[in-house]
Amino acid sequence: MKILVCVSHVPDTTSKINFIDDATAFDKNGVQFIINPNDEFGLTRAVWFQQKQQAEVTVITVGDASCEPTLRKCLAIGANKAIRIDLNPTDGFQVAEQLSAHCKEENYDLIIAGRESIDYNGCMVPGMLSAMMEYNFVTNCMALEIEDNTAKASREIDGGIESISCQLPLVIGAQKGLVEEKDLIIPNMRGIMQARQKSLTVLPPVDSKIKSSISKFEKPAPKGAVKMVAPDQIDQLIDLLHNEANVI
Amino acid sequence: MSILIYTESENGKFKKSALELASYGRAIADQLGIELIAVSFNNEDATSLGNYGVDKVIQVNDPSLESFVAQKYASNLAEIAKSKEVNLIVLSSSANAKYMAPLLAVSLSAGYASNVVGLPKSLEPLSVKRSCFTNKAFNTCMLDNKINIIGLSNNSYGSFENPKEVNISQASAVITETTIKVEQVEKSSGEVSIADADIVVSGGRGLKGPEHWHLIEDLASTLGAATACSKPVSDMGWRPHSEHVGQTGKPVASNLYIAIGVSGAIQHLAGINSSKVKVVINNDPEAPFFKAADYGVIGDAFEVVPELIEKLKAFKSS
Repeated sequence: MKILVCVSHVPDTTSKINFIDDATAFDKNGVQFIINPNDEFGLTRAVWFQQKQQAEVTVITVGDASCEPTLRKCLAIGANKAIRIDLNPTDGFQVAEQLSAHCKEENYDLIIAGRESIDYNGCMVPGMLSAMMEYNFVTNCMALEIEDNTAKASREIDGGIESISCQLPLVIGAQKGLVEEKDLIIPNMRGIMQARQKSLTVLPPVDSKIKSSISKFEKPAPKGAVKMVAPDQIDQLIDLLHNEANVI
Repeated sequence: MSILIYTESENGKFKKSALELASYGRAIADQLGIELIAVSFNNEDATSLGNYGVDKVIQVNDPSLESFVAQKYASNLAEIAKSKEVNLIVLSSSANAKYMAPLLAVSLSAGYASNVVGLPKSLEPLSVKRSCFTNKAFNTCMLDNKINIIGLSNNSYGSFENPKEVNISQASAVITETTIKVEQVEKSSGEVSIADADIVVSGGRGLKGPEHWHLIEDLASTLGAATACSKPVSDMGWRPHSEHVGQTGKPVASNLYIAIGVSGAIQHLAGINSSKVKVVINNDPEAPFFKAADYGVIGDAFEVVPELIEKLKAFKSS
């Protein structure tokens, strides 16, 4: 089984978000970058398939050279090889087109991407890639088993879980639950050393379309001060929620 | 030219988000002087959409659409969008709508912006405000395409009655070949889902253990609210993953969010930022959540919450 894991290089979840250049760009200064958490759940499941079902795992990202430490980390976690498509992308549609051009040459059985990145939260790439490839698609994927050519997956829906079966090839949008948090792999020294020897190929981008662009960022308006209510004045809280906030 | 909305229903009734989409679509249709078309699948009674400003409802009722299969729904919507010369499609932010949107975008070669808050900043060319960095920021997104898709954040616009003479018609389903089969749907019965709830009650580590969760559940049932939890609580297995709200869990955009014993880590705050009113109950006056809250109570949850439940019951019955 050939698996491709699409990863995104994103600011750490604890980062303070600031913008520069007249609020047109994200301020990377002092920010630590990580593998997008949803992608990491997917990568961990892919490495499980590699260990238990002899899958070959390739990781790919669309980005400039600054994303390479994230790819090396994926290799240290256990991916067999890495690919970087050398383009600083503008939107998810463009990323999906770049990835699909590569996938059309490689015939992957399973493509895993996080259901969304934690920076732009587009929820675009895995679904668009599946449509461009005409592969099956399951997003918000919380469990995945593969036997021969058949996948059994569960998808988180609003207020429940849905069990799905389908044939490969398949694209999944990974999220929390696909693997347990405790099963996430922290690379050890051996993994890190091996990662240096593994192949990291840089591919030129293909021509692609852009369907959306960001013109400006803004931060949420500062919040007014919190109104404190004494613990023995719960009636006052109910009164505020009813008469001032109009929410109960 | 027309605007198309996909109005989702559950157990034959339109979801709250469907009425919100109708109101949102109406506002844009009025600005452009064009028609607002709603598409519903397997819903028999579409007249209620007319009360919220829809001009035309196209019903697609077919046994092949009984379970939600994103590819099937997307190809049906694409077909209707093409035949009606639609140039703007508005979807909700339900799990199903977000599943389907990218498929629809590719099949129509359309632009797509998810997590849109509020009406577009401009209509020609289309520019919208959307949340990003998991609610820590917003961006203005330009969509200059023949067809565009907006994914509207739940509860970001509201629904307003605006009765119209609604024209209801039927369309036959397009058949899509797929090996995707929905085997089973497990719904947590009788509870409100976090995505659809007006009020969410959330518990953190301050509750000391799963055996104390009846406090959260009782408060939630008193308010008709959904229950949620912080990341450590779901990681420790006190509560299911499906209740985890925050950056790597579910986003919350309720009218009222009550956090009990949740310290308010930046990742948690990111996930609940879109909630309109936040109440924090915590015994630690230094808990960072107080800075992000509208109302705060410094006190012991084990004393404050039972009293709150009792007083709310009295308030509700008065």
